[in-house]
Amino acid sequence: MNIQKKMIGDHYKKLSTAKADGKKVVYTFVPGNLNELILSFDMLPVHPEINALQSGMRKKSGDFIMEAEKSGHSEDVCTYVKCDIGMMKKGNIGPTGEKLPEPDLLLLSYTGCFTFMKWFELLQKEYNCPVAMLHVPYQGDGEITESMKQYVVDQIRDTVIPALEKASGRKYDENRLKEFLRSSARAEDDLVAIWESAKNRPSPIDAYFGGVYYIGPIFTAFRGLPECEQYYKSLRKEVEYRVEHKMGPTTPEGELNQQKFRVVVEGPPNWTSFREFWKMFSDEGAVVVSSTYITVGGLYDRGFRHDAGKPMETMAEYCMGCYTNRNLPARVDILEKAIKDYHADGFLINSIKSCNSFSVGQLLMLRELEKRTGKAGGFIESDLVDPRYFSASNIKNRLESYFQMVAAKRAST
Amino acid sequence: MGLESLVQRCEDLCRDLDFNYVKEWKKKTGSKAVAFMPIYVPRELIHAAGMLPVGIMGGGDDLEIIRGDAYFQSYICRIPRSTIELGLGGKLDCMDGFLFPAICDVIRNLSGMWKIMFKEKYAKYLDFPQNLGKSGKNFYVQELQQLKADFETISGKKITDESLGRSNALYNENREVLRELYDLRSRYPHQILTYEAYLILRASNILEVSEHTRLVRDYMALAMKKSRPNRDYVRVIVSGAFCEQPPLTLIRALEGSGCYIVDDDWVLGARYVLGAVSGSGDPLMALADSYMDKTVATGSRHEDASVKGDYLIRLVRERRADGVVFAAPSFCDPALLERPMLQDALTAENIPHTGFKYAENTGQIQTIKEETGTFADSIKLWGAE
Repeated sequence: MNIQKKMIGDHYKKLSTAKADGKKVVYTFVPGNLNELILSFDMLPVHPEINALQSGMRKKSGDFIMEAEKSGHSEDVCTYVKCDIGMMKKGNIGPTGEKLPEPDLLLLSYTGCFTFMKWFELLQKEYNCPVAMLHVPYQGDGEITESMKQYVVDQIRDTVIPALEKASGRKYDENRLKEFLRSSARAEDDLVAIWESAKNRPSPIDAYFGGVYYIGPIFTAFRGLPECEQYYKSLRKEVEYRVEHKMGPTTPEGELNQQKFRVVVEGPPNWTSFREFWKMFSDEGAVVVSSTYITVGGLYDRGFRHDAGKPMETMAEYCMGCYTNRNLPARVDILEKAIKDYHADGFLINSIKSCNSFSVGQLLMLRELEKRTGKAGGFIESDLVDPRYFSASNIKNRLESYFQMVAAKRAST
Repeated sequence: MGLESLVQRCEDLCRDLDFNYVKEWKKKTGSKAVAFMPIYVPRELIHAAGMLPVGIMGGGDDLEIIRGDAYFQSYICRIPRSTIELGLGGKLDCMDGFLFPAICDVIRNLSGMWKIMFKEKYAKYLDFPQNLGKSGKNFYVQELQQLKADFETISGKKITDESLGRSNALYNENREVLRELYDLRSRYPHQILTYEAYLILRASNILEVSEHTRLVRDYMALAMKKSRPNRDYVRVIVSGAFCEQPPLTLIRALEGSGCYIVDDDWVLGARYVLGAVSGSGDPLMALADSYMDKTVATGSRHEDASVKGDYLIRLVRERRADGVVFAAPSFCDPALLERPMLQDALTAENIPHTGFKYAENTGQIQTIKEETGTFADSIKLWGAE
């Protein structure tokens, strides 16, 4: 946890001095991000969702959201967007207290979330900078067709690369890109080994809270870099040590060795009360053995690896393979497999008010999964970074009832 | 048929959630029907396969939601829940396929729900290119070719260049007559009442295209003969209502609050393509070109911020509108995320605007009427100061 905190802190530091250091900055989104390509142009990535969730964890998002709503944004829409707009209107001071640089390019990787498109239209208006649109077709029929792949490849080649060349002042260097892609693939092997360690009893990791806190995030801005490879090597070693010594994951309340419940979680977490939310699980002796939110940045556990041998195609496949770019039947299949593979006692859906991409259809997913697996499903509601939509007592009550139900079901079988 | 009966027929079609017209049409022709959600689908392709395209815009305010609510959280808009209610109630059994065009994440995920809940029926998410360059066009052509093959399978009928060319021409004619209707309403808003014009337009969702074209012509002729008072109303454009539709009572109330509506984005799919689909060359390519090159601007379509609001401002100028009323369904991401950008663009041009939210079953008509009435009064009193 300390290493990841330092890496993220250093990244924000670099961003704060980017303009002085002559570095060019590209804003882009986490799902389907082209980190290796961005790095190959020696540009620094900024992920607005990460800024928003970091602001949420640091209790700053509430004010930012109100600021955006005061300027005409509806209470109905995505709070990541409003948090970002509010932060910008208040001087663009990032979550670590340092000013964020303005973008030289908005790389609109429109993957699995409609809001992304409007978000960057809003930012473009504020920053008056170019937008490169990378439209990633949705897997509506549960597959990636040749035509979809060609479309994304064509856009990367004809739209994205020229825009990056223009913004960075550098020529596209495929060999450099391939180096980053090779590094990513090595880190991906370690990442998958870490996720799969949760099949052990006790699980040495928490694949939701720990997953988003110290396992997954490094994979975004750092994927392709040697420090990312090193991070996952070290983390894998630590996890293997934990498996060997039958140790549970580290939680804010200490190590969770007595694991009464193994659950799979669908949906993003709440960030404004992240620690309190996590504690509700650890207090019940519940460990999350698999979650879907960690796969918005890529479904590596299903075999995908960046392939330097076909750089354009591999980036296209990566973009289209993200969890939220898969249709609802595919999402149900993924969850069903996780529940079975990770020997879960049940599954929980954290339904997020401002994220239609995740939330629409979750009540049907709940029914389907209960039917297919026979496991108990739970449903709670909160929001990403709007503190007004986290009702601790309601969620705690629901979780307590849910775990009682799981225990009763287990006792009866 | 007189004016009242003609409008009444359209209202009956709009309120008929048993889709009796579709059932009768299928019986009469022995053919099939393909439903589609808002906003736009290439209806020409469905028609060219000898099938009836049927626009589904939820259940309106006549449908009681009993089972649909169990599938959606409270913060999701109403159109998917009423559509699921229609499906579960067997009302959509007469549809042989269902298209879910790329509007937003709600309709997108609804396509997956449909695949799970109604496995025996064809359901297709239709992705439209947001990158409108060459790569986008190539992709879209492939999407259309897939759709063509799917429709041939459903209908059992080959779509030839001739049949698609004929369908393109019929829909061109229909769009042309709808443009005439909109132009006429803008010139004589006291003659072409919005409540009526809306119902006439809405009938395009269900009627066979040639029949609808005749109906629009008949309406215009009848409405222009009627003697109606020219009131001291302001001229407004309604924006943001392109997917879930407001209840009919709300449309009537807007007009009654002192606003002549001189343009809008209701039932936008029928008017999405501007101009005509080319009649020369490959008709499928012509259909693709019409989507890429000549359409309205709307929230579900990417637009560079440098031109954001230009389309709406142009419309305000062309229609000599006094202001804009933003009407968006609650929880509608495309409309509500778009709105602040459009508001800023209007403010920069000193064009007055106001806004409200609704649902297809909104009951708070009086509050909205008071709001738009005050807006109309303020324009009359102070203009665009």
